[in-house]
Amino acid sequence: MHRSTTALPDEARPASSASRAVIDAASLTWTLARRELRAYFDTPIAYVVLSVFLAITGWFFGNALFLQNVASLRSVFSIAPFIFLFFIPALTMASFAEERRAGTLELLLTFPVRDWQVIAGKLLATAIFLLIAISITFVYAITVSRLGDLDFGATVGGYLGLFLLGVMYAAVGICASSLTRNQIVAFILGFAIIFMLFLLDKVTDFMPVWLGAIMQYLGSDYHFQNLMRGVIDSRDVLYYLSMTAFAFLLTTYTLSKRPE
Amino acid sequence: MIEVSQLTKTYGAERAVDSISFDIRRGEVVGFLGPNGAGKTTTMKVITGYLPPTEGTVFVDGCDVREDTLSIRRDIGYLPESTPLYRDMVTYDYLAFVAAMRGVPSEKRNGRIADMTQICGLGDVLGKRIDALSKGYRQRVGLAQAMIHDPAILILDEPTSGLDPNQIVEIRELIKAIGREKTVVLSTHILPEVQASCDRVLIIHKGRLVADGAPQDLQANFVGERRVQFGVRAPLETATQALMDTGSVRILDSQASDDESLFTLSTDGKDDVRDALFHLAVARGWTLTELHQDRTNLEDVFRQLTAL
Repeated sequence: MHRSTTALPDEARPASSASRAVIDAASLTWTLARRELRAYFDTPIAYVVLSVFLAITGWFFGNALFLQNVASLRSVFSIAPFIFLFFIPALTMASFAEERRAGTLELLLTFPVRDWQVIAGKLLATAIFLLIAISITFVYAITVSRLGDLDFGATVGGYLGLFLLGVMYAAVGICASSLTRNQIVAFILGFAIIFMLFLLDKVTDFMPVWLGAIMQYLGSDYHFQNLMRGVIDSRDVLYYLSMTAFAFLLTTYTLSKRPE
Repeated sequence: MIEVSQLTKTYGAERAVDSISFDIRRGEVVGFLGPNGAGKTTTMKVITGYLPPTEGTVFVDGCDVREDTLSIRRDIGYLPESTPLYRDMVTYDYLAFVAAMRGVPSEKRNGRIADMTQICGLGDVLGKRIDALSKGYRQRVGLAQAMIHDPAILILDEPTSGLDPNQIVEIRELIKAIGREKTVVLSTHILPEVQASCDRVLIIHKGRLVADGAPQDLQANFVGERRVQFGVRAPLETATQALMDTGSVRILDSQASDDESLFTLSTDGKDDVRDALFHLAVARGWTLTELHQDRTNLEDVFRQLTAL
């Protein structure tokens, strides 16, 4: 049989069309992401994570607003990275560990897609979930803008930082999940890594100056603090993007080993 | 259609598949037969592009699995061992998801799902969650997802394992029907399965290919011990002596009842000794009361080849 006479009609796949190939790759990644998102909302995990996230941020926001008479998003941005430390590994712990345990990983990786598309689909799903969670807190931003002055730069920076931080945590969590077939192990591993990254810039006092500078740069919270001040510096954005890419590449490597 | 040459796959120091070569032609239904851990599953995983070969080459439709893995994957439908499925999905959604991933254009997906529902008998369970289905239905969903994109090649790893006898018959009928149009490679460690569904059988043992041929050819070419039941109306001593004189059989067991002597004989090789035994009885003027040769079956072939 010739290659062009596959099960699919030829007109559906015109040969030598690079843009068509890109669209195909993107649409398959999107199909994967949609399935992951549905899986979040088909189980209680999405609702638990969303409601607890809102309850905690709401409590801190309300505290500042009513008890301290401060109409500011600062309280929300300060607590959100802590919540992410727990919630994002919880969201991503199943991503590959459960597929390995159930054997569906073999199905996924024998679909006509590249391994990176499978990872991208999972990361995309978690990123969309994060956007949903974060965008519900826009209610707080609207409240602040009604009651007082909304610091526009700090708000945009804070939201951008929160999203980038969350996506980076998700990439690390997915990577941790690809290393094991046990969801609990994946959760603890993912949490441990991001917690370490979170702490890095907080223990520099005990370090030599040169090491302290490196640790500060590698610390995830340091860059978030920068963005939260409303200074959108490309170095901070680049930090999150490169950490995400690194975790993504590590996951690609783990999957290429075809773990049993 | 599938050309495997000198395929070797190692896990660390262990050689799961050890330089296996075979060609599978279009439209064949081929069974991989072997004990558990023989290398059947590993071979399938290499053909589907899940595992890269350590050494050797695998061509599907003239494309190398190392280089054109995506185009090969579009031609293959795969049911992995133990039928992994997304248990938290509804059957219809699951089939729609697989159809999308397999590149079935969106306007054709409903039609394909309807076809699969009919072929695999899924009408009653389309709206149910997969974790609520019985093992037999899950197996059918697994087959449906493997065929949803109308692939030229179907690779089914132990498609009947864990099913009850009725379900096994159903799945076999299904595979037979599919095999009329498609190239099917299935693996099993159950012998009757191969005889029931396959045109050709590859016996794999300890990572090596030990036999390759149609089930009936393998049986016909089998060289090994055969047993013959032989009974005549004659005194035991006389009959025993006469049999020893022929020199072509060994007496495993003999017994006398009334005026009849019964023997269990064993013979080597492909020659049928029944003619000789009949003529012996005629020459001596004995009444022949029993003459029966146990049929060689695939089981004997399998046991001999894998009892190493």
